[in-house]
Amino acid sequence: MEPGEIHALLGENGAGKSTLMNVLYGLLQPDEGEILVDGAPVQIHTSRDAIAAGIGMVHQHFMLVPVFTVAENVILGAEKVRGGLLGWLDRGRARREVLDVSTRYGLRVDPDAIVEDLPVGIQQRVEIIKALTRDVDLLILDEPTAVLTPQETDELLAVMRTLKADGKSIVFITHKLREVKAIADRITVIRRGRTVGTASPDASEDELAALMVGRQVSLVVEKPPAAPRGPILEIGGLVVNDERGHRAVDGVDLTVRAGEVLGIAGVQGNGQTELVEAIMGLRPVVAGSITLDGAPMVGRSPKDVLRAGVGYVPEDRSVDGLVKEFSVAENLVLDLYDQAPFGNGLVLRPEKIAASAKERIAQFDVRTSSHESPVGTLSGGNQQKVIVARELSRPLKLFIASQPTRGVDVGSIEFIHKQIIHERDIGTAVLVVSSELDEVIGLADRIAVMYRGRVIAIVSPDTPREEIGLLMAGITGEGPASDEEVEA
Amino acid sequence: MSTVTVEDLAGVTVPRRFWTRERKTGAVFVALGVLAAGLFGALAPAETARFTLSEDASGAALKINGQFGAILFGIVTIGAGATLLAGVARRWTSTLLGLGILAFVLSFLCWQVAGKFMPLVDTAKGSLELALPLILGALAGVLCERSGVVNVAIEGQFLMGAFGAALVGTMAASVWIGLLSAAVGGLVIAVLLAVLAMRYLVDQVVLGIVLNLLALGLTGFLYERLMQPHADVYNQPPRMPTWRIPGLADIPVVGPVLFNTNPLVYLALILVAVISVGLARTRWGLRTRAVGEHPAAADTVGIRVKGTRYRNVLLGGLIAGAGGAFFTLVSTGSFNKNMTSGAGFIALAALIFGRWTPVGAFFAALFFGFANKLATYLSAIGSPVPSQFLNMLPYLATLIAVAGLVGRVRAPAADGKPFIKG
Amino acid sequence: MSTPDDREPAVGPADRTPAGPEGVAVDPAVAATEQPGGERQPSLPQNFLQNLWAANTVTVTVLSMVLALLIGAVLIIVSDPDVLATYSYITARPSDAINGSWTLVSEAYANLFKGAIVDPAAVSGWLAGENTWQVVFAPISETLTYAAPLVLTGLAVALAFRGGLFNIGAQGQAVIGTITAAVAGFVLPLPVGVHLIVALLAGALGGALWGFIPGILKARTGAHEVITTIMLNYTAGLFLGWIILQGGIHDPNRSDAISKRVDGSAQLPGLLGGGLRVNLGIVLAVAATVAVAWLLNRSAFGFELRAVGANPDAARTAGISVTRTYVLLMVSAGALSGLGGATQVLGTAHTLTPQVAGNIGFDGLLVALLGRTRPWGVFLAALLFGALRAGGNRMQSFSGISLELVTVVQALIVIFIAAPALVKAMFRLRAARAARLQTSVAKGW
Repeated sequence: MEPGEIHALLGENGAGKSTLMNVLYGLLQPDEGEILVDGAPVQIHTSRDAIAAGIGMVHQHFMLVPVFTVAENVILGAEKVRGGLLGWLDRGRARREVLDVSTRYGLRVDPDAIVEDLPVGIQQRVEIIKALTRDVDLLILDEPTAVLTPQETDELLAVMRTLKADGKSIVFITHKLREVKAIADRITVIRRGRTVGTASPDASEDELAALMVGRQVSLVVEKPPAAPRGPILEIGGLVVNDERGHRAVDGVDLTVRAGEVLGIAGVQGNGQTELVEAIMGLRPVVAGSITLDGAPMVGRSPKDVLRAGVGYVPEDRSVDGLVKEFSVAENLVLDLYDQAPFGNGLVLRPEKIAASAKERIAQFDVRTSSHESPVGTLSGGNQQKVIVARELSRPLKLFIASQPTRGVDVGSIEFIHKQIIHERDIGTAVLVVSSELDEVIGLADRIAVMYRGRVIAIVSPDTPREEIGLLMAGITGEGPASDEEVEA
Repeated sequence: MSTVTVEDLAGVTVPRRFWTRERKTGAVFVALGVLAAGLFGALAPAETARFTLSEDASGAALKINGQFGAILFGIVTIGAGATLLAGVARRWTSTLLGLGILAFVLSFLCWQVAGKFMPLVDTAKGSLELALPLILGALAGVLCERSGVVNVAIEGQFLMGAFGAALVGTMAASVWIGLLSAAVGGLVIAVLLAVLAMRYLVDQVVLGIVLNLLALGLTGFLYERLMQPHADVYNQPPRMPTWRIPGLADIPVVGPVLFNTNPLVYLALILVAVISVGLARTRWGLRTRAVGEHPAAADTVGIRVKGTRYRNVLLGGLIAGAGGAFFTLVSTGSFNKNMTSGAGFIALAALIFGRWTPVGAFFAALFFGFANKLATYLSAIGSPVPSQFLNMLPYLATLIAVAGLVGRVRAPAADGKPFIKG
Repeated sequence: MSTPDDREPAVGPADRTPAGPEGVAVDPAVAATEQPGGERQPSLPQNFLQNLWAANTVTVTVLSMVLALLIGAVLIIVSDPDVLATYSYITARPSDAINGSWTLVSEAYANLFKGAIVDPAAVSGWLAGENTWQVVFAPISETLTYAAPLVLTGLAVALAFRGGLFNIGAQGQAVIGTITAAVAGFVLPLPVGVHLIVALLAGALGGALWGFIPGILKARTGAHEVITTIMLNYTAGLFLGWIILQGGIHDPNRSDAISKRVDGSAQLPGLLGGGLRVNLGIVLAVAATVAVAWLLNRSAFGFELRAVGANPDAARTAGISVTRTYVLLMVSAGALSGLGGATQVLGTAHTLTPQVAGNIGFDGLLVALLGRTRPWGVFLAALLFGALRAGGNRMQSFSGISLELVTVVQALIVIFIAAPALVKAMFRLRAARAARLQTSVAKGW
């Protein structure tokens, strides 16, 4: 890093960008390797060391106390006090300091506002002000634009330029090409915890997209051509909010037909999760319609949706997919335990559950010492196979697989892909959501690209992957369309 | 500006519901007011209710026709409820809440006191005295919980404090050493709480309950072994003196209640003010609140999370222990088994009902103390209202508060969650 | 205890990761992600539960009991002025202090044993024909009598725990159970057999109602069950104090707070006769243990509650209604506690008094933790607590050691169980010191 430089770290989710920066900020300890500041190696054990070394960080999940005012958050840990031991807070000075920094860098914010009442964009400003009042030389911005609207993003970029002009260095972590090209002086692309390339901002977006989205097609999914029939899942004008009440799915229309795989490509966080959860009845629908084989699904409970013939592989298996303390057999009936032959709603039939588990374990090649082992002891791939086995063990109309092979070994990936294609071939409508573009291309018969809560294009899997990569970055085929247009 | 976009979005997608918390509260108050005006008014005899400004029946008094008063104050409650129901600015909410509760209580009193008298000074003095341990206990809770450690062990701290005051106070024949020992007694439980919760990550709720039982057993055991056979040596502590503050004590009504009383009251009042201002205005307060709300954020700006928590829990132990001294040095004059009989949990209720703030907890404790005193008064005048139901009031009020039926109660976000550096 | 700092490395995160299978280990990162943003209520009890299971071995349990009894012994010694006095000249004549302490403690604990399990004198007396066989079984009878309600309240806490809820309200639920059971026991004119069953059911129903309140509040408003159940405990206690004095309940021949006596047809019959108190309650407790074990492992509801307790997100995704499970869970737990209260009043107390339920709800919490929230574990833990209580009575009357010592020992056992790292650290430390001492002595030679 040079002084007054904006260095972009570009990479997919889970590529190791944030981990790297947390090590730099002393929140995690490195297993090996060293950190150099001004040419000298430093040991950063705590955030205090990092602050002392002149490093500031704006975390992806803001480190702000929601019920504090802006000024309180800014001075926290570096309070100016009067009255010696009494430690009387000098609130006037704190307020002036905030105003001072905010006018100097164009970060307008009210020092007396309560942070939780502020929109995310302003909260981010507070984070930046907090770092700046601590006299940092190096500012790390971890995915700062992930939560911002296009206008807010532009404002942030402007602020970054001001900071740069002031001689501050900035590490800018992102996966958004447009922003990188707009502001970075140097670009490092990271994938799977390694630097895979360094580029200058002059590099074309295609090049960058290829570097980032990455790895060459390692697996070819063998599949006969699809024979789609009538529509099974129909979504019209769907609007869904995220936890904070912000719009995550913003008017999606989609149709999935029996006997086809519709793949949803997109960088994570563009509304895919919320879309799927809305279909499953796990998240309230604000507006729009969802029908399954003609039957309306909006407002139905997850159990109703599952019973209506939907199979679901959730994106985060350890949170939503499995009960780790439960045995493999119990996890295999997690949504069937109250139905024949496994039970009648009152009583479980353990022998039936065990017998069926043994069958599924063999059929889906789950590597486990016993059907009674806790599922948490299995490898990621085998855990995923348990979920897939569970969901495919009953007749389905629609099969939804979210990130079906995340954190799964190569052998299991191949197996799971085969199962998905098999399900398609027996006439089930299949919806695959993945941030692995290759997976989507390999599996899908049609690809919908999601960006900022909308489906911005539906393309054939024969489309060049670079082109899809650009779509994922919000750049439509008609040229370098701005976000504003997409948003409008 | 960009802010507009986001807020607009939120505004469009989440239509404001009609039944806001304030409106629900309003509806409840209207119902209570109708009950007060109708039932209390109907039951109250049309005789004069005298509220004497002294400790007995003598002296000047506020007089009101019982039936009229019951109906009048019932209507005031309805009014407060109706205003809330109509929807007013948020800053008026707590005022209206207070008004509604006050009017309801007054309506009830008019009914009960009609044809009789109620000595206001005595009532106020008694309420404050009964509230005293609750205030100190709740303050201890504030210190612990605002820094993120759940303290269910206030009861145990009371017991240890009461025991320590009696034992050491008697042996040293000094009320002040007794008070100091009481604080140390509370500290013992606090140390156990802090170390086991923060170092050994024992669940704080379980821990609190177990520590209460430990304190109960320990003090009970030592009471039977030491104090009962040798009461004169171990269980006859000097009583706390009354400090009369010249000048102020002569103010009518307020004087005798607030300025002619035992030093523990002054200590409690000072602590309420100090902790309240300290939390809001000092570095210690800011860091304490940060650690209780978002320890990870505090950690990233270099604040020692555990250190802050230890300090506050131990400080809380001292205060709760001093609160325990009330039972032996002020109230009864000797220790007895399980003599706190759940006061620690009322203090916990006051803490929650007071929304985890020192001033809120103070008023909640006063309210609970008043309910307690009223229970005694009512059984003394032979009222048909059973004292047990008035004694339930603190618990029921807290239950209603946490269920979100009246007002909003929010614990510090990280309360009870151990901080483990990631 | 001792200075904290020297122990830091021994009990750091590494020590908390148990030696069991990797996947079930308590992952510190899981707890660390418990930040305000991603709040997941039940994972805290869950973490605690795992800690309780994975880090505790039989060794730790036994060591905990030994430690607790050791501390109890210290208390006995320091609270005896005569023996304590011998310590003032311990350097001059250590034998006085040691012998005095030994006699005091060994007699106390011998009485504890005799009161809880068996008194050898009674056995020899029986063999010699000097006393009846009942005397031999009296200690066991007392142990089982005290254990029965604890099994039930312990199960109530344990069951809720498995579903991810802290049921601190077992006490209140038990209190309400005593009221409804007793009232059914002396108000309803029913024939023998039916009366007892109705009274027991009334107890369960009362407790269930008291459990329903926090359950529905949790499901509907998110009110934390710990706060609500604590508040309901004392509300129940005050309600009991009130209802005893009401006409139709209060014993008209008495001036103190005591209710009428439960009809003989509603009392739990004794099992052994001959003045032994052990009654059908313990059979009920065994049945309840079997039932809870079945419920947890063999029933659809048990499956749901375990899933919700272990991972509410996954349970919800799999179509299980988390809120419905919470309500049903608290109702079931309340019913068990209520049954515990019923056992107490129909089995031994026979009348309502303000203290009729004693401390069985809070003790149930300890029992549940000691039993690792597993049904048969709870049963054994309740037997232990019952034994301590029964033995404590004898210790009180024969050695003059107050019954409160038992409470102290019980609380200490549970503290040690809940902090296994503490126990390990203490013993490691002691072992190390002993070794050092030995080497220094060896050098002297």
